Amino acid sequence: MQVAERNKRLFMQIGARSDALRGKNCNKYTFHVDIPNTVMVNAVGRALVRQNMVKDKKFFTLTADYIFGHDLLNAAKRFFAANQGNLIGDELIATDVTDFSPYLLKIRQAKPDVVCSNLAGNQVTTLIKQYAEFGLPYPIVGFNLNTADAWAAGDGNLSGTWPTVWYHTLDVPASKTFVANFIKKHGKPPENHAWIEYISLKIMAQAINATKSTETDKLIAYLEKETEFDILKARKGHFRNWDHQLMQEAYPFTVKPRGEAKDQWDIIALGAAVPDANEPLESLAPTREQNPCSL
Amino acid sequence: MQFGFLLEQVVNGLVLGGYYLLIALGLSLIFSVGGIVNLAHGAFYALGAYASVEITRYLGFGPAVVLSPVAVALLGILFERFILRRFYTADPILSLLVTFALAMVTEQAIRMIWGAAPLSAAIPPVFRGSVFVGDFLFSRYRLLILAVVIVVLLGVWLLLHKTSFGRVVRAGIQRPDMVAALGIRLQPYMTAIVMLGVGMAALGGAFFAPITIVHPAMGSEIITVAFVVVVIGGLGGFWGVVLAALLVGVVRGITINFVPAAGEASIYILMFLVLLVRPRGLLGERIEKFE
Repeated sequence: MQVAERNKRLFMQIGARSDALRGKNCNKYTFHVDIPNTVMVNAVGRALVRQNMVKDKKFFTLTADYIFGHDLLNAAKRFFAANQGNLIGDELIATDVTDFSPYLLKIRQAKPDVVCSNLAGNQVTTLIKQYAEFGLPYPIVGFNLNTADAWAAGDGNLSGTWPTVWYHTLDVPASKTFVANFIKKHGKPPENHAWIEYISLKIMAQAINATKSTETDKLIAYLEKETEFDILKARKGHFRNWDHQLMQEAYPFTVKPRGEAKDQWDIIALGAAVPDANEPLESLAPTREQNPCSL
Repeated sequence: MQFGFLLEQVVNGLVLGGYYLLIALGLSLIFSVGGIVNLAHGAFYALGAYASVEITRYLGFGPAVVLSPVAVALLGILFERFILRRFYTADPILSLLVTFALAMVTEQAIRMIWGAAPLSAAIPPVFRGSVFVGDFLFSRYRLLILAVVIVVLLGVWLLLHKTSFGRVVRAGIQRPDMVAALGIRLQPYMTAIVMLGVGMAALGGAFFAPITIVHPAMGSEIITVAFVVVVIGGLGGFWGVVLAALLVGVVRGITINFVPAAGEASIYILMFLVLLVRPRGLLGERIEKFE
């Protein structure tokens, strides 16, 4: 982001989810395509509230010890506070931890109602595998996951409720076409990052076509107009003009019972899109007060 | 209650240390006998994991954890014959460079063959879940790993201390010049030791695949811990590595209990302290220029 700002070039930020990047660290050259942490938390949180897993329940969190994790933990704490959930313990996990057994023992000692992962990337997969290995009796949920992490978790290991920005089983015609073409070319379905790269390039192409230009200022103006884009979901997306965050649906998911998956990539039962169809897309995103950004 | 929690971390640390031992012992043996610091040791761990996941698909978990270390040990013969052998009497920096390069080449080769996305591997159903021994929680699978480590450790100890092969190897560690003077060629022993060392690393990879992420760079995750264990334990000894591995596991567990943020750093601080106080390592051979 800083490089884009120094060079005054448009930058489509497609993978980092920290709220801070759209908040106090925002800049006008960056447009954020992936959902921010607050949306991840709210997507899962709403599902948990529906399942009565939040009010008066004790949560124990494991948080990745860098800006992303700290940011996600803050979003999680806001969610717990707003919904009468009780955070009874949090462990900061260094990014090179590959063995979680000491932390799992601490979780057992704390006896929470729900264990919650605020980890990223490979560590989520490793935690899921080792959590299943120890077979602790508390349900595990998470506020961050990528499809590849879920696929790598191993047969029967993943459980609980998790968020995703997109999944290849999404029942939207444009999405299904994209998935079919991808499978034809690569022999396996696209994971969420493949989707995000595809739609980001389409958005840039649309902007360049419409403005008949590759000049950064013209492209920024086009995107800031809150132009709508087909992002292969039921609802179109647009960039919010004050923080450059793509407004879009997100999905909570749970795991299909063993035996129901059609293949090794079909392990996820995608939940209904959030926000609901009758709510504005901004409903789950951080507000100006929660995440101030001045461009 | 607090003491019970601490004790549980200590016991868990011992189990984990047993696992680190499998990787570190091979590394220590290769250095002790051949004088080579094998920076590619993690690559053999990764190959063991990948081979095991692949073989499990066709033959199941049991055959996979037996066959994958054997396959990697055979690769070890090629490694020793065509790469290591040239560097026994060369400047140590050269063997560091070549094994480091081999580690990188192996990682990329794994990426080319299996792709960059992690492989899916799971514990066989019969070993899932935990057991209670008294008030201590153990994962059933880690108890299996511990049992395997104990058997391997016993086997290696018997090999080194109760066979003529082991006698020659131990003599070769202490006084290779005298062994040569007695008319014994150490070369075939070195090949066997390399096979044993990388085979143990691969066994570690095969057993850890279901509980860690199987990805091309996994070798680099384990090599640093293995080195720390070998340095703390001291080169040239068997029990030094055992003691160091258990100590590393326990220190990490205790630190996470009290100061979790320092958990990963604790093993390096331990190594630093050991090197300050006793440069040869806890039970290592005396290195004259440092003492």
